Amino acid sequence: MRGMRRTLIAGIAASLLVSAAGSAAAQDEGPIKVGVLHSLSGTMAISETTLKDVMLMLIEEQNKKGGLLGRQLEPVVIDIASDWPLAAEKAREMYEVNGVDAVFGCWTSVCRKSVLPVFEELNGLLFYPVQYEGEESQRNVFYTGASPNQQAIPAVDYLMNEEGVERWVLAGTDYVYPQTTNKILEAYLQDAGVAPEDIMINYTPFGHSDWQTIVSEIKAFGSSGKKTAVVSTINGDANVPFYRELGNQGVDAADIPVVAFSVGEEELAGLDTSPLVGHLAAWNYFMSVDTPENAEFIETWHAFIGSEERVTNDPMEAHYIGFNMWVGAVEKAGTTDADAVIDAIVGVEVPNLTGGTAVMLPNHHITKPVLIGEIQDDGQFDVVWETEDLVPGDAWSDFLPESAVLEADWTAPINCGNYNTQTQTCGGAQAAAN
Amino acid sequence: MLYVAPLWPAGHLSRKGGDHSFLCRIRTITVLAKRTACLISPLAGEMAGRPEGGAKERSPMSLFAGLLAFILLALAILPAHAQSVEDLVRQLPDGSFSDRGRVVQALAATGDARIAPLLESLAAGDLNVIEETGRIVTTSGRGDTVTATDALTGEEIGEVASAGVERIRVNNSLRRAVRTAVGQLTLMSPDAGTRMSAARAMFQAANPDNVELLDEAIAQEENPAVLQIMQEARAVAILRSDAEPAAFAEAVDVIVARGDRQALGILQAALSSADADVTPTIDAGISAIQRHLQLLDVGQNVWYGISLGAVLLLAAIGLAITFGVMGVINMAHGEMVMLGAYTTFVVQNMIRASFPELFAWSLAFALPAAFLVTGLIGIAIERGVIRWLYGRPLETLLATWGLSLIIQQAVRTTFGASNREVSNPFWMSGTFDFYGIAITWNRFWIVIFALVVFAGLLFVLKRTSLGLQMRAVTQNRRMASSMGIRTPWVDAMTFGLGSGIAGLAGVALSQIDNVSPNLGQGYIIDSFMVVVFGGVGNLWGTLVGAMTLGVLNKFLEPYAGAVLAKIFILVFIILFIQKRPRGLFALKGRAVDA
Repeated sequence: MRGMRRTLIAGIAASLLVSAAGSAAAQDEGPIKVGVLHSLSGTMAISETTLKDVMLMLIEEQNKKGGLLGRQLEPVVIDIASDWPLAAEKAREMYEVNGVDAVFGCWTSVCRKSVLPVFEELNGLLFYPVQYEGEESQRNVFYTGASPNQQAIPAVDYLMNEEGVERWVLAGTDYVYPQTTNKILEAYLQDAGVAPEDIMINYTPFGHSDWQTIVSEIKAFGSSGKKTAVVSTINGDANVPFYRELGNQGVDAADIPVVAFSVGEEELAGLDTSPLVGHLAAWNYFMSVDTPENAEFIETWHAFIGSEERVTNDPMEAHYIGFNMWVGAVEKAGTTDADAVIDAIVGVEVPNLTGGTAVMLPNHHITKPVLIGEIQDDGQFDVVWETEDLVPGDAWSDFLPESAVLEADWTAPINCGNYNTQTQTCGGAQAAAN
Repeated sequence: MLYVAPLWPAGHLSRKGGDHSFLCRIRTITVLAKRTACLISPLAGEMAGRPEGGAKERSPMSLFAGLLAFILLALAILPAHAQSVEDLVRQLPDGSFSDRGRVVQALAATGDARIAPLLESLAAGDLNVIEETGRIVTTSGRGDTVTATDALTGEEIGEVASAGVERIRVNNSLRRAVRTAVGQLTLMSPDAGTRMSAARAMFQAANPDNVELLDEAIAQEENPAVLQIMQEARAVAILRSDAEPAAFAEAVDVIVARGDRQALGILQAALSSADADVTPTIDAGISAIQRHLQLLDVGQNVWYGISLGAVLLLAAIGLAITFGVMGVINMAHGEMVMLGAYTTFVVQNMIRASFPELFAWSLAFALPAAFLVTGLIGIAIERGVIRWLYGRPLETLLATWGLSLIIQQAVRTTFGASNREVSNPFWMSGTFDFYGIAITWNRFWIVIFALVVFAGLLFVLKRTSLGLQMRAVTQNRRMASSMGIRTPWVDAMTFGLGSGIAGLAGVALSQIDNVSPNLGQGYIIDSFMVVVFGGVGNLWGTLVGAMTLGVLNKFLEPYAGAVLAKIFILVFIILFIQKRPRGLFALKGRAVDA
């Protein structure tokens, strides 16, 4: 009898589901809306405007191919004006007013953190395209930029092995991404046998423009006879005066190389790079990478933006990968429904622009190659080293003792963003956000 | 290490039990050839998997082999030389960076005169390889075909398809190898400048193997400055070898005399390998250098403070007019600075396009242009907005803040959100040394410029009729008006002057900061701070305020870090204003209450 009842309930539930799906399908006539949530004004506009443009281009290209599930895509662009509480408001507006099915957006970690609760509450999808500090994995977010093990750690390895660096300056802007990354790097370097007095950590405010003291401190730190390098997590506008001061004070890349995690082709556009030749950047993509996919992407970009001068950069590739993964997952699921897409997207493979394949992992990070490039005098990077294999993104750093035991896995049966492998318990979303 | 085999018969033989130290000792071969043999044979020894010490035992057999090696080398040196350089050059593109660094070393060891320029163009990234033939070339021209020239012989090859030409990659470690190699090769160049950089390279990459080469160079050297660097390079090389105590002590003296931070690092490193009787000398040297450096640090910080003060002065001085003299809280002041910087960008672009020969003096054209552009915009803002709001500070604040947002977004729409490139002219790049204090040229000129602008403004206020009218209007508007002064016109001119000076500041700031729509935002708070701290309405107060804050900030920064230093300064100003609400130099008398 009881079994009878159970099948009955299951049957009713199933039929309800089917009808729900049917009605959903009925509603889903008309275009699929894709949210683009970037700052088009304020301090972050410098970086994010390009990402908005690349999203419009990707959507246009997809529409040329006949759209998605037979429907056209329609971009919904909202400016968040470099204002993070506003970003949360606008994310809500995207879902509740505009009815988008997925959102591509944010640049800074603080933006991501402030919109997270909205996506969680409304069960949305956010594709976040920028390298970040890790220590996070959320069911509704897909991290298509690099986590520290896909950028910072390989860069430090390169300097240690190829350049023989023994003394390290970790210089960053004073906020969450540099602080967390430097914490991980410090632990990693000390594990590798670097003495604490051979590590100098320095933070500067946002938009710092007077680098005289710090550059001379770096010079002094680097004159001890041990090979010294600077690992820079300096963000945004502060980079141009920093590199200018380096050039003017005659810090030669052959003596003290600077490897940067936030400086790409776009940031170098406002700079005469001839005094900077040889300084390094670690990314997962460079415009100079010579592959047919990349050549096509650059050509499409130039045609779309109407200028041969415009450069492409790593977060643009991340949007390219993220968008194609979302398209792949929607096609696989046959619907734009968030739960179905979240289930379908794990394992989706799309080609990246540097000649490999990106796979969405269960922790909502992706596999990436790591490239080390040296700045050239034309403002481009020349790849001097790359990882042999693709590096899977790690949500929780293996080099921080409290994070090393954590794993993120959004597939059954774990379904958790911060699963403790020792206690075999899930820490919950709150812990993940901290 | 394939490259060793075809080139160096001596290397071959020494592998079969040859004695490379024997070769090294043969005096008849020139220094370079000797260096080569010494350089190559340990490599060969490594290749054979034999510990290096093995070469020290000298059996009759190995003596014979060594002799044979010498004869073969002597016979082969001319033809093999020509052959080997070509072959070595062909190996430049392939292999790991460290292997290629060894190719560079081997190339330098050939002593061929063509190698130094070749290596320099390698480091500059100008060398290419034609994939089909493996020939190393430099190319000129752009497009589908380029004109190739053989990099070694200078022979013209003609047009080749650019798809078949690949640039040879260099990284920092290879650049270092090139720098050392070029240093070795050009140490006896006829040009003193080249010798100087060669000596510096030898100092950077000091290596005990180079002592003899340096000795020879020192014996020939006549230029005292170059000679000094060479002797320092030799001293470092000796400190890194296991030299006799006498030579060691002598080298320590040379390095102590150098007395800079690098010297300190070298001495600290030498401490570990020094004999007990030299140790006190090194210790004394280290502490002498440290004392000297501490003194220099103070001087350096004063200079940094002055240069930061000059930037603050430039940013604030226009505000000292609009806020200080007129009492208008102008939140759009920073945007005037930004517009001045963008004017520089536009002027530089026009000059680059039309009169490239004048480019070095582009800033001279940008200054009047920026002054005019921002001055006119200032007048328009005064006439259009501010004159309706006199006596209503809160509304003025809001209106000008709104204006600042409008101007920012307008610039963003016109020029794009990303940074624009404004170049430093050659006379604003690099550093010069002032009694051990490194002074960058761009900061130096900005300090001079700030003082000139300050003096010019004082002149306008004190010595011209416009200045007289401005002061009259500020002190007593109604009285000035009754005396026949057109006060609205004076208001507009004053605001225009303040804005124009902000534009001039923008030209200067474009040389050290980003030219982006956000440029002004970074300076507005600092500017207000300087004007309020210095005393509203007093130009000298602005000067002293800017310099004080600059120097204070730079002395705090090394101890507290940049973030805390900024906070301390803010706290300091808050406390200071509590004590002296009118700032450092308060205006006295009736004008204050007017």
